[in-house]
Amino acid sequence: MKKKPNKNTDIIVHNDSRRDFLKQSTLLTGIALTPEIAVKAAENQWDEKLAEAIEKIPLKLEINGIQKTLSIEPRVTLLDLLREQLHLTGTKKGCDYGQCGACTVHVNGTRVLSCLTLAVMHDGEKITTIEGLANGDELHPMQAAFMKHDGFQCGYCTPGQIMSAVACIREGHANSETEIREYMSGNICRCGAYPNIVNAITEVNKGGKNI
Amino acid sequence: MNKLFFDKVIGDPLNRVDGRMKVTGAAKYSAEYQLPNLVHAVVVPSTITKGRIKSVDSKAALRSPGVLAVISHENAIKVPGNADNEHPTEPPTGGQPLRAFYNNKVYFNGQPIAIVIADTLERAQYAAGLVKFEYDQDKHVTDFELNKGKGVLPEKAKKDPKSSLADYDRGVVDAYKTAAVTVEAEYIHPTEVHNPMELQAITAYWETDDKLTVYDKVQGTKPTQQAFAKEWNLPVQNVKVISEFVGGAFGNGLHNWPHETAAIIAAKMVKRPVKLMLRREHMFYMVGYRPYTWQQIGMGASADGKITGISHIAIGQTSTYEEFTESTVQQTKMMYASPNVSTRYRILPLDVSTPIWMRGPGEATGAFALECAMDELAFALNMDPIQFRLANYTDEDPEKKLPWSTKYLKECLEVGAEKIGWSKRSMKPGGLRAGEWLVGYGMGVGTFGAHRGAAAVRGRLLANGTIIFQSAVTDIGPGTGTAMVQIASEHIGIAPDKITFQLGNSDFPQAPNQGGSATVATVGSAVVATCNAIKEKLLTMAPTAEKRFANAKMEEILFDNGQMSLLKSPSIKVSYTNILKKNSLTEIDIIQDAKPDDESNKYSKYSFSVHFVQVHVHPTTGQVKVNKVVTCADAGKIVNKKTAGNQLIGGVTGGIGMALMEDAIIDHRFGRYITKDFADYHVPVHADVPQIEVYFVDKPDYIVDPMGTKGLGEIAIIGVAPAVANAVFNATGKRIRQLPITPDKLI
Ligand code: FES
Ligand code: FES
Repeated sequence: MKKKPNKNTDIIVHNDSRRDFLKQSTLLTGIALTPEIAVKAAENQWDEKLAEAIEKIPLKLEINGIQKTLSIEPRVTLLDLLREQLHLTGTKKGCDYGQCGACTVHVNGTRVLSCLTLAVMHDGEKITTIEGLANGDELHPMQAAFMKHDGFQCGYCTPGQIMSAVACIREGHANSETEIREYMSGNICRCGAYPNIVNAITEVNKGGKNI
Repeated sequence: MNKLFFDKVIGDPLNRVDGRMKVTGAAKYSAEYQLPNLVHAVVVPSTITKGRIKSVDSKAALRSPGVLAVISHENAIKVPGNADNEHPTEPPTGGQPLRAFYNNKVYFNGQPIAIVIADTLERAQYAAGLVKFEYDQDKHVTDFELNKGKGVLPEKAKKDPKSSLADYDRGVVDAYKTAAVTVEAEYIHPTEVHNPMELQAITAYWETDDKLTVYDKVQGTKPTQQAFAKEWNLPVQNVKVISEFVGGAFGNGLHNWPHETAAIIAAKMVKRPVKLMLRREHMFYMVGYRPYTWQQIGMGASADGKITGISHIAIGQTSTYEEFTESTVQQTKMMYASPNVSTRYRILPLDVSTPIWMRGPGEATGAFALECAMDELAFALNMDPIQFRLANYTDEDPEKKLPWSTKYLKECLEVGAEKIGWSKRSMKPGGLRAGEWLVGYGMGVGTFGAHRGAAAVRGRLLANGTIIFQSAVTDIGPGTGTAMVQIASEHIGIAPDKITFQLGNSDFPQAPNQGGSATVATVGSAVVATCNAIKEKLLTMAPTAEKRFANAKMEEILFDNGQMSLLKSPSIKVSYTNILKKNSLTEIDIIQDAKPDDESNKYSKYSFSVHFVQVHVHPTTGQVKVNKVVTCADAGKIVNKKTAGNQLIGGVTGGIGMALMEDAIIDHRFGRYITKDFADYHVPVHADVPQIEVYFVDKPDYIVDPMGTKGLGEIAIIGVAPAVANAVFNATGKRIRQLPITPDKLI
């Protein structure tokens, strides 16, 4: 098959970020603007700004102890907010479907799959990510135990495992290896460091510290 | 060798040097670099399996907010290296690799046929769903079972009859048929997907029109640099590949894939850094898999348990545009002392994407058939499977007719049998119970070549007594940096906490892909060579700082704890920092390479493992629980027992997945995977994996490399699945020859 000629060397058809947003009649009714104003707005490229104002929702979150005042699209997941907008990339994306646990964070102290929840649903809530678990330079006991027991290989599932592990103990679900395995089964480790993770959790649980 | 430090550092279960970064979230993977003006990409997969794209309608996508471009074969810039570059995506062995947006052809379902670029991830994702395609659809062929008669000899074997892929005959073909006791069986290994936890990701950035930087999830920064330099007709040094942390790969980073080129094309066209992370479903068809493989084994033995013949046929799946091959029949050629062995290896091209080596490539698939057949024959002989293997043990390689460099498989068998409690095993299937559960014991042997390649390492001994090493090698999880620090510590005589090992950057000295269990042997040897070169240098400069070293020879000196001392009079000593100071140097900077010598070719070099498994099988539900695993490895000297043990545990876990759950299924009506995430494609989770006991022979093999190591990553999984299958037979009397062993096959 011969390659078709390049139709389009200036490929970026949509080079201007203008979206003709206001020219669409369905939206016009929604925002009750007259067509003339809308066209004028579009011509003056106000639509981008206006759209942003409409599309985005104000949101206050406390992330790792720091108050954040944000304005985000409602479709943004907590995971993508953390990783892509706040650059807290310690929280991992392993599936985006709530099946792997890599994205586990704490919301008001409870473990939550951040890929499976929209950020705007957490207005006013406290989010803790792996970056906020240590006390300054001093590792959280679970982080230290993961290092000691080598509870990881590639490290990609690790933040999720650790956040889940802490919650697992707090929930009182770490009383035996079998129970730990059951309550940690939402966190997949493809490298297969499972026994070491279980050993780390067992040790921290036995340590009896308030974590 | 410096015995003092040897005991202290090599073999010491040192915590991982990058562990802190991994447990605090500071480790950066390929999609986690913040570049100014970064934009987001989403690939669009084809929804047909074979045919041509008639038209691409990107109007709606382009109108969607924030969208910068929709790129497909219709408007993609030409990749300059495509024309004269037959194999930009080695290593598969032949054919034309798939080129991103090269033309309108569709070769498999899910082929990346467009890429959408937008200012935010959400906008790119949304717009990707708006791109519409019209196709001319051709009839596709994806059903392996219906077509397995059409398997062909790989090109490489056609060209070179000595190739390891060619037909192999030792003694008489099919001699097993006339043996006193024979077994013949077919084994099916389904398609398995690597599915590392990190989704394949690339951040591509053109600094100038001819300077490319990629943060890319790959297993080799240098091979990737070469591939993209070729592809874009650039001087090699103009391409920079960074892969500091790799979130697992298990082989799928051994090949550069079209999505990587797609992101690079996009970055060039939108003139901004582009970040692309595949989605989980893409991991099933865009970045390789372990191919569906059909095997047949015939094996015969004399009544006293001596194998007289083995015939092994394997047919593995490949794509229509690339020949993918692996060493499926290798273990059969060299593991047992049979005078007559024949192997045939064929590949079957289908309208699917190209496979890629997955941990224990080929060998793991082959060992499933071979080690199950061994169990079947032992049963037919009424022999204990361990005794049967010992009766056919080889003290030299029967294929190459060479002595083993080292082989401690007997020790592995002994230790493993004792630790699992083999003596409790019932010879009769179904003879043991624990409550309502049937209990069974099984074992399987694994082997993999103890490979070593060529590499170079840079070492910079600084005035403050610390030392920094650099290598382009990646670390996909085994703990390469940690092992290298330990090797360096022993050989340069500096404490581990004063050593930094930097990796995952193509600017650093040459290292091959991390693969084939060869990294420690390959890069570790270069670390040793660099340490030796630095020591030579220190020795020549030492007299400036301490005259009494003037006539000293290398073997008379102890390098330890940051200083040199004379072995005979240890009070005569001088620190490295002092040597640098007295020579008015701020550092010693040396790049040294290392490669295996010819002498090692006089030996056959393999690592060995034995996996012992105890399963519980529920007679009513068919549920199989792996209750206990004992794995013993002959992998030479172990550099770090903690990380090495973890690697074994991980391999066994992969083997449990292979045995009991992993199965990527295509709906052949559409040629499309119906398993596309972790809900459909099951991998082992915490609840599936018991404590796994690992043991190392821990005896050095200095023929393979100066540290005495042999590879470990592959033998960790090779032989696990047959051990589970054999244990299931021992528990139930049911021989399941088609993986995975799901409950429906047992009830
Ligand atoms: S990324 Fe959220 S569960 Fe996998
Ligand atoms: S450490 Fe790699 S997935 Fe868990």
